Amino acid sequence: MATITAQTGTERINYLNVRTTVASWLLTLDHKRIGILYLLGITLFFFLGSLAAAAIRLELATPKGDLMTSDTYNKMFTIHGVLMIFFFLIPSIPASFGNFVLPMMIGARDVAFPRLNLLSWYFYMIGGVLATIALLKGGIDTGWTFYTPYSSAFAKGEVSLAIVGVFLVGFSSIFTGINFLVTIHKMRAPGMTWFRLPLFVWAMYATSLIQVLGTPVVAITLLLVAVERTFGIGIFDPNRGGDPILFQHLFWFYSHPAVYIMILPGMGVISEVIATFSRRRVFGYHFVAFSSLAIAIIGFLVWGHHMFSTGQSIYAGIVFSFLTFLVAIPSAIKTFNWMATIWKGRVHWEAPMIYALGFLGLFVIGGLTGLHLASLATNVHLTDTYFVVAHFHYVMVGGAIMAYMAALHYWWPKMTGRMYPQSWAKLAALMVFVGFNLTFFPQFILGYMGMPRRYHSYPEEWWALNLLSSAGASILGLGYLLPAIYLVWSLKYGRIAEKNPWGARGLEWEVVDTLPHPHNFERTPIVTRPAYDYAHPEEPTAIFPAPRPAYVGGGGKDG
Amino acid sequence: MVSVREAELHLIEHGREVPHLGEQYETIEQQNDAYTIGMWAFIVQEVLFFGGLFASYAVYRFKYLYEFVAAHHTLSVVFGALNTFVLLVSSYTMARAVRAAMLQQHKTQFKYLLWTIFFASIFMVNKYFEYSSKYHHQLIPNQSYSAEEVIHHNHLKVDNGMVDLGKRKVSLEEFTGRTKLFFSFYFIMTGLHGLHVLVGIIILAILAVRAYSDHIRRVPHADYMPVEMVGLYWHFVDIVWIFLFPLLYLMGGQ
Amino acid sequence: MAAHSHEEHTHAQRVSFYAKTLWVLMVLLVVTVWAGFLKLPDWLGIAVALTIAVTKATIVIMNFMHVRFSSKLAWLFAGAGFFWLIIMFAFAFADYASRHWEPVQGW
Repeated sequence: MATITAQTGTERINYLNVRTTVASWLLTLDHKRIGILYLLGITLFFFLGSLAAAAIRLELATPKGDLMTSDTYNKMFTIHGVLMIFFFLIPSIPASFGNFVLPMMIGARDVAFPRLNLLSWYFYMIGGVLATIALLKGGIDTGWTFYTPYSSAFAKGEVSLAIVGVFLVGFSSIFTGINFLVTIHKMRAPGMTWFRLPLFVWAMYATSLIQVLGTPVVAITLLLVAVERTFGIGIFDPNRGGDPILFQHLFWFYSHPAVYIMILPGMGVISEVIATFSRRRVFGYHFVAFSSLAIAIIGFLVWGHHMFSTGQSIYAGIVFSFLTFLVAIPSAIKTFNWMATIWKGRVHWEAPMIYALGFLGLFVIGGLTGLHLASLATNVHLTDTYFVVAHFHYVMVGGAIMAYMAALHYWWPKMTGRMYPQSWAKLAALMVFVGFNLTFFPQFILGYMGMPRRYHSYPEEWWALNLLSSAGASILGLGYLLPAIYLVWSLKYGRIAEKNPWGARGLEWEVVDTLPHPHNFERTPIVTRPAYDYAHPEEPTAIFPAPRPAYVGGGGKDG
Repeated sequence: MVSVREAELHLIEHGREVPHLGEQYETIEQQNDAYTIGMWAFIVQEVLFFGGLFASYAVYRFKYLYEFVAAHHTLSVVFGALNTFVLLVSSYTMARAVRAAMLQQHKTQFKYLLWTIFFASIFMVNKYFEYSSKYHHQLIPNQSYSAEEVIHHNHLKVDNGMVDLGKRKVSLEEFTGRTKLFFSFYFIMTGLHGLHVLVGIIILAILAVRAYSDHIRRVPHADYMPVEMVGLYWHFVDIVWIFLFPLLYLMGGQ
Repeated sequence: MAAHSHEEHTHAQRVSFYAKTLWVLMVLLVVTVWAGFLKLPDWLGIAVALTIAVTKATIVIMNFMHVRFSSKLAWLFAGAGFFWLIIMFAFAFADYASRHWEPVQGW
């Protein structure tokens, strides 16, 4: 079918050189290649979404709506929201790094269902292309939430097409979730007990639960909106007896837990990175592991806090408010345990660690401001203001994307076999941190002063803070552009990476070669130590019962 | 990959066609467990997919009980019960097909798969008659929808544009909108369910062809997992109908 | 109970097991149609109809879908979907059922 190159000679077989044709990539069943394919798709949509964000901040640099009309502005924030949420954040860490490292971490040759895995990538790409076509052709101005009855009865533009795109990407997400659930349950290597799993795997398990349990609900809900647009049935149209708030119930039943689809994998990455660069087992391993599950489960009980100022019953609001506060507990458990890990750890200041520290700072601000929004009284004041925008950007960008960048820098050597320039990477992390705070901290103040979101113009007195925000956004943009340059540069000119450049514990570093073998492990490892066993550096995490075949490179920790 | 070879050799020794062991798996047991759990995870997402619809239906049934009851009288309980009967029997024949596959009785397996397809097809034919009767009475929830048939069927009185529902009166416009909601749910829910039945028929047909070829070649096929997994799917489709029937056709009295 | 005609431990049961299951389902079908024609008050009617439906579904899941003979993990997954469905219903209805408690007209 495809040419097999570099089978002999000095170069070892790895997942990149085993086959090199385009077809071998497009039809690959290798979880690592699918992870790379996802990474490419995600980068594309991140870039498109960032362009829309740049347009938004450019418009808001001046009080008057002088760059674009309000209609165009509405379309811009819709493009930004739809692409960033559905096509970047939700698949970002699970589908790319989850696919790439999760099977290696648990000692498996692949995920449980490789064909389903590839199918999910195609669903993702087709959905992404359809949504992008819908967003660019004519544009959509509903916002990423597709609130009814506007989206179902009034909005012009290709709303139904965008919904089909989101529907497809939803099923791509469900497939990934099913795959990981089964993989984690059934594909663990002998000796890899639940409490020896790296915390990234626990986080991915919790994420997959949400993907499987929540996503179908938003799929059917958006399908109803599309059917309503096509046939005029009126399920969400108050003029015809429908209830638009029902849409919000069903939408947020998924879309609130979806926030945890975005942040939980990030938390998993942070656990990995902090343990590696503190050379210490994550403090309170069991608490961190179970807090992931707790976040996933409590996350399903809080959706009504998006609806405090709608016609939702205030009695339901009280319950939702109380339950929302509960989410703070597992989040705080994680944060304190990470800090306790760094404390007394031997901290190595490498680039992934800088990103992880940035995550800690920003996520704490994002999480704590969530409490202002969870309490009913302040929420009424802050609803639909820039305070909300700032809050969720602190969690989504400051949290999830920081963790995504940490993951990218952490596993880059394993993915590409190359090192990137550390000092540039640290500079980029710093720029992102500074730029991010400049962009979004003023928005807390603006929101508190009452500036509503989703308007393209605003009164003069908010100019200074908005200008600050736009200026910060340009630093943030450069901070994201910089890695794009040096990472691509490193593909050709970067130093060849060692097998375990960070001195990390874990199967993917200790056992798997720099560029992993197509099957990760030449023989199934037998895991003998828990994750992050930095206290016993002489003990390998896994052993191999029999001598390995000579033709495969890399391999087990000898002796 | 030695273990994979070992597993295959082991099964070939028994003179049967072996299940294909995916190279990511160690043993057939592991593979079968993974398929089972994966299929259940898929059914979980199907439960919530339909669940969103059931929740929406429940909300409107709660809000517009009288209108919904009036509208549901136009559905035929006989057709609904017949379809429930047909699907329950098809679930039984499916279970028998799975049993036959497990025991490698491919002729029996083929026979019961055909029975399952037969009952599924009867279900679809019934649905076709039901749908066309709704079309005939202008009860399709599109622009040409009219509540006249509902009013006529329930012998409701209409004065001054107000429909008398016994305990309360609503305007004809409201009544039309609300009964139209009922039919929207009726068509979306039964339509989505019917789509699942259709997909099921196609997959069952593929399985039937496979079972027949196993029977003709007289090679016992040890891999019963595809049939068992499709069986899970098929029983789930049955379960959806088990809930749709009382909620749409019976409504639970008045 | 299991018919061990082959060395593998499949979930295949005796034919009579499936036949009995079908008969029970048929009886429940008749009961639910009959109950549907009784002039019960709405809350009781829907309670009866749903109880019978849940019973039928449970029988199908346990006997036809072999969950009764499956691993704990299969139980867990089979239960999770329905449990989350209950969460969705409970919280959505917490809103709809308590809306008219509010001391605001036309809310």
